[in-house]
Amino acid sequence: MSSQTEDYLDAPEPRPEQVGGETFLEVRDLKVHFPTDDGVVKSVDGLSFQLERGKTLGIVGESGSGKSVTSLSIMGLHKAGTAKVSGEILLNGRNLIGASREEVRQLRGKNMAMIFQDPLSAMHPYYTVGHQIIEAYRIHHNVSKAVARKHAIDMLDRVGIPNPKGRADDYPHQFSGGMRQRAMIAMALSCDPELLIADEPTTALDVTVQAQILDLIRDLQQEFNSAVIIITHDLGVVAELADDILVMYAGRCIEYGNADDIFREPQHPYTWGLLGSMPRLDRDRTDRLLPIKGTPPSLINVPSGCPFHPRCSFSQLNGGSSETEVPELRDVGGGHQVACHLSADDRLRVWTTEIKPKL
Amino acid sequence: MVVYIFRRLIAAVLLLFVVTAITFLIFFGVPRLGGATADDLASRYVGKTASGQQIHDTAEKLGFTDPLYEQYGRFVKGLFAGADYDTGVSIDHCPAPCLGYSFITHNPVLPDLLDRLPVTLSLASGAAVLWLLGGVATGVVSALKRGSFFDRASMSVALAGVSLPIFFTGLLSLSIFSYALEWTPPGGTNPVDADNPFDWAAALILPWITLALLYAAQYARLTRAGMLETMEEDFIRTARAKGLRERTVVVKHGLRSALTPILTIFGLDLGLLLGGAILTETTYSLPGIGQYAVIAITNQDLPKVLGVTLVGAIFIILANLVVDLLYAVVDPRVRNS
Repeated sequence: MSSQTEDYLDAPEPRPEQVGGETFLEVRDLKVHFPTDDGVVKSVDGLSFQLERGKTLGIVGESGSGKSVTSLSIMGLHKAGTAKVSGEILLNGRNLIGASREEVRQLRGKNMAMIFQDPLSAMHPYYTVGHQIIEAYRIHHNVSKAVARKHAIDMLDRVGIPNPKGRADDYPHQFSGGMRQRAMIAMALSCDPELLIADEPTTALDVTVQAQILDLIRDLQQEFNSAVIIITHDLGVVAELADDILVMYAGRCIEYGNADDIFREPQHPYTWGLLGSMPRLDRDRTDRLLPIKGTPPSLINVPSGCPFHPRCSFSQLNGGSSETEVPELRDVGGGHQVACHLSADDRLRVWTTEIKPKL
Repeated sequence: MVVYIFRRLIAAVLLLFVVTAITFLIFFGVPRLGGATADDLASRYVGKTASGQQIHDTAEKLGFTDPLYEQYGRFVKGLFAGADYDTGVSIDHCPAPCLGYSFITHNPVLPDLLDRLPVTLSLASGAAVLWLLGGVATGVVSALKRGSFFDRASMSVALAGVSLPIFFTGLLSLSIFSYALEWTPPGGTNPVDADNPFDWAAALILPWITLALLYAAQYARLTRAGMLETMEEDFIRTARAKGLRERTVVVKHGLRSALTPILTIFGLDLGLLLGGAILTETTYSLPGIGQYAVIAITNQDLPKVLGVTLVGAIFIILANLVVDLLYAVVDPRVRNS
């Protein structure tokens, strides 16, 4: 079994144990609701997870599943006026929900930093790359411009930008896509944050550059011993990086476990669908991908019961409870959690007989 | 960059010639198309009782009997080499650049314009400072507090400011502040007084505010729209993610981008105003270029009209050039392409 999994996964390597080990970020029952004229948009609806320093959590899901809203609310960057946020976000034991905006601002950049999807639009076009890194550093460090500049050049060097001294005076549009994302990472890491959130960090990049950026994030994580949340719809990315994986659907966690469990013994039909939608080089080209049918649900009118049931091929196997009851997130052994009404036997049977052979 | 500026300057000079040629054609050529003879044109500049012979002499003296291109050639030659003009009592030399002599008062045009330029300059620059500060500040606050009472109130005032013509707001403020309250002098006859800047400002404060109100309204709306758009940009989110103070995010990252398109419009507006703020100068009887233009057009004093047009065109073309260069200073993406 493991050998089969290895070849389609491009196996997540076991990572060396890091110092730390205690929970650095803990999210408990996070809800982010946006009241609108049409109803309440429940972007995140009762999400819980925890993360240690030196570890990487991958949050996976389709567009609109609440991944980005989760990360923005951790950073305190959600729309202040409109969003209703409840639950707890404990960063190093300190609850960020309920903390003043000024307190959260001082944590931003210093204790937690973020890398965005499109580095071209995420950097200010009018300021040099060096200036933007210097600015990020000097907010949290009371140093002279010269010292900050030296640090910025040092950071650019560490993320692998050739001739960092000269490139620091270039503008973002003078960088290539991959170099821009490296610069963005340098900016995010300039204050040595304990938590790094990467929101689709490779989606806007060339395939050839994606692997380099992922390698860079992994290397820097080990160097800085930071906790990393990587948000993506691309299972290939989390296979590269993540220790743990959280699969989100309609604002909720529907499966959670370490990367090995999720890739080797996925439990939720939605996770099966995500795995089936992943193109693979080792498969015959005549084989079709197995996309998930239908579209993600509206977050205003989330389907009753299990929100995935209208798209699920197996929702008929459990006497209609999928349509009426919201499945609880249950432990199926070893910290692997799943929110599904299928019985353990059914899940195992469907996975081994119907799904796995087609992957 | 130097090559670019040089190319632009050459283009500007060519453009100026086109402008003078077209203006010349409109005022000297079009009446002929309508069937007016040289004598008809000249009859405007002699007394009512003049005989046909006197009119014809005047037409010859003013050069109306020559072909159009010769008349235009004389005008251009005057610009570069100066010209001699027969004022009727003497032959005066008008040194280059010569914009000609008034057909009616026989004064050379250029010294007149230079006399009046400081008035227009004071009016335009003072008003520009007011409307830029007021309009941009209002726009920023409106955008940040979108939908608030301040936003709705200031945008209503802005709408009124854009809609109300200067001869209404101007006369209204004159009647209130100058005649009823007697706070300010009623229209400046000599507003430029370097010895006493307070008198200078006091005489101009009403025209400034009246003119600025019109533009500030427009700039407030533009700034508001620009800020609303910019504050949604990804780089604003990045700036916040760094932990920057909100004020820094708004001013350094937001406003800097939102101001770029406003810069363009500001340059053009200022250039246009320097060619004469006709309504304001007329309402407040300010002896500026705009008022000069009105007098020239009313009297059909063609050299004056030509002169004012040329000066106005120079300002607009210069303003355009300055804006384009400033664009390169502001936006590095323009600089490198």
